[in-house]
Amino acid sequence: MGAALEIRNLHVSVENQPILKGVNLIVKQGEIHALMGPNGSGKSTLANTLMGHPAYEITAGQIIFDGVDLMDLETDERSRMGLFMAFQYPVVIPGVTVANFLRNAINARMKAENPDSKGIPIPAFRKLMIDKMNMLEMDTSFAGRYLNDGFSGGEKKRAEILQMAVLEPRIAIMDETDSGLDIDALRIVAEGAEKLTDSLDMGVLIITHYQRILNHIKPQFVHIMLDGQIVESGGPNLALHLEEHGYDWLREKQNGNGSVS
Amino acid sequence: MATRRRVAREFQAPPLSRADVEALSERHHEPDWLRQARLAAWDQYESMPMPTTNDEPWRRTDYRHINWDSAGVLLAANGGTYEDIPAANRQPLLGEVQGGMLAFVDDRLVHREVDKKLADRGVIFTDLRTAAAKYPELAQKHLMTHAVTPETGKFAALNAALWTHGVFLYVPRGQSVTLPAHSIFYTTRPGATLGHILVVLEDGAQIDYLHENLSPTLDSDSSFVGVTELIIGDGANLRFVNLQDWGHHVYEFSHQRARVGRDGQLDWITGQMGGRLVKAFMEIDLDGQGSWGRMSAVYFPDGKQFMDLDTQQNHNAPHTTSDLLFKGVLKDQSRSVWQGMIKALPGAQKTDGFQANRTMIMSSEARADSIPGLEIKADDVRCTHASATGQIDDELVFYLMTRGLPREEAEKLVVDGFFVPVLDRIPFENVRDRLMAYVERKLLGQA
Repeated sequence: MGAALEIRNLHVSVENQPILKGVNLIVKQGEIHALMGPNGSGKSTLANTLMGHPAYEITAGQIIFDGVDLMDLETDERSRMGLFMAFQYPVVIPGVTVANFLRNAINARMKAENPDSKGIPIPAFRKLMIDKMNMLEMDTSFAGRYLNDGFSGGEKKRAEILQMAVLEPRIAIMDETDSGLDIDALRIVAEGAEKLTDSLDMGVLIITHYQRILNHIKPQFVHIMLDGQIVESGGPNLALHLEEHGYDWLREKQNGNGSVS
Repeated sequence: MATRRRVAREFQAPPLSRADVEALSERHHEPDWLRQARLAAWDQYESMPMPTTNDEPWRRTDYRHINWDSAGVLLAANGGTYEDIPAANRQPLLGEVQGGMLAFVDDRLVHREVDKKLADRGVIFTDLRTAAAKYPELAQKHLMTHAVTPETGKFAALNAALWTHGVFLYVPRGQSVTLPAHSIFYTTRPGATLGHILVVLEDGAQIDYLHENLSPTLDSDSSFVGVTELIIGDGANLRFVNLQDWGHHVYEFSHQRARVGRDGQLDWITGQMGGRLVKAFMEIDLDGQGSWGRMSAVYFPDGKQFMDLDTQQNHNAPHTTSDLLFKGVLKDQSRSVWQGMIKALPGAQKTDGFQANRTMIMSSEARADSIPGLEIKADDVRCTHASATGQIDDELVFYLMTRGLPREEAEKLVVDGFFVPVLDRIPFENVRDRLMAYVERKLLGQA
């Protein structure tokens, strides 16, 4: 049976400012979820909190992954358990090549499992990397470049998906992976993610503003976040509805339900 | 008004005397010219006060805590051998080969090998004392006469008077040597050593050279008073790598200066890892038109280490180019100072001088000072500087941790990456790897 990521009544503050105000969500392996919502609604806060970013303080609630409370785990331990986030704004790591970085990441996993591990042999690593790069239609010269240094927006996002492909997570969060991509790059990135979803039985949480990525990677579930809460969940049609009508109807529905605005 | 007791520790001189100079010269049966030069330097030394924090170049460098009772006693060899030096440092520079190896333990030459290919080309790679006896004209012409002179400073004069051991590397006119030369100063016991390096490349000569200063960490203070002189003739080309990995009991005071002739090139890379306190003056003089000089450094103090690197890029002729890139990482309560000056003499038109010092701080208690300076007396020049100091970027560390790297490994990758632009300038792969290993040791707190 696959693992599940379970978010229970999650409250999160940044610099004592409450951002998430009671989020509930379950993502299982093999499922594709889309999380939509306007800017500032708390989507990226949720993503960063799931990975354990130190600036995000959990004030209430729980995050359970594969039966383990993540509160007690460092960011790297969460990663090694099979949680992954594709960053909205991947950082530049000067002087560290893509290949060097990926090999370190793989070796960190092998060493965590077996402290005596010598890490992945270079030929096996090269083959793995080239296979995954081919899948993502990436030029292999990419491997020798410094991570995200001078990368175009599309290259950065592709590099994120490459990492996902190499690390083979059980649950992946894609934080606005579609933003800043032209239509070709979007297709490659989305198709790559979809292939991984199928081949790895990976669960995915796609965070996005836009419907268009969902044309390439079809979610079974769509959730809408407003002001730190998931206010509506439904099937794929919800995203289409949103594309057409915007968020106002949800805000009105919220107010109509008597919440104080 | 309350009176406050102040601990009035002075900037004390080491307990050395003219008699030590005479005894040293006598013991080694040195030629008269050398003995005279040493004694003249001693007079020079005695005429100068010890530098204090009132002197601008020493303003941030307070060495009053040195215990000269141990650090000021000349260290004599005590049976140390070549095998005492860690094997990693003795390794050949290019796979199985190198042009030559000259190793000193304490003040004694313990190993000398020179490849036949170098000897056949007239390359001299020997200890300075032998050079002074066998090649007096060369030695007398260059030894502390026009790169570092005794007048340069108190410690330069002290080295001139009392150098205990040294390297002489000479490449004749037009000889281009592909095999690198390698030398090591290693100490096994506390005390004072005064090492000297004299490199002379005649016109059109070319060589790569690595020198290492290292020791284990010992209980009592030690001092190293060093002078490095690099003399690069017209059209000559030197790549010089200098690694310092003293134990944490060593105080280094050194003057290092290069002079570059017309169209000559110097690529000078230094790695500073060890020492309790390091005060190093590093200077390039671009004397000849069209000459080029590059100075690069990686430095990584931790614990209570203090490193003060004082650089000067002198443009003494037109169409000269200098380029300085220093990168430092600081841990714990360590401190670094970099002060850099670019000077352009009147008439040094079309010169291009650049300097950048970048530091990354890994602790709230560490401190890095960066003091760039320009003194431009020519009007058609381009001289610029850049410096930046910041904490290690938590976002980078977080990013790497989201990929499963434990914090220490994430930090190591960030630090490695930070140093890469300088490490990439080191022409020997195993030296690059060794520096990376030093960095790893520092990060894991095994210094």
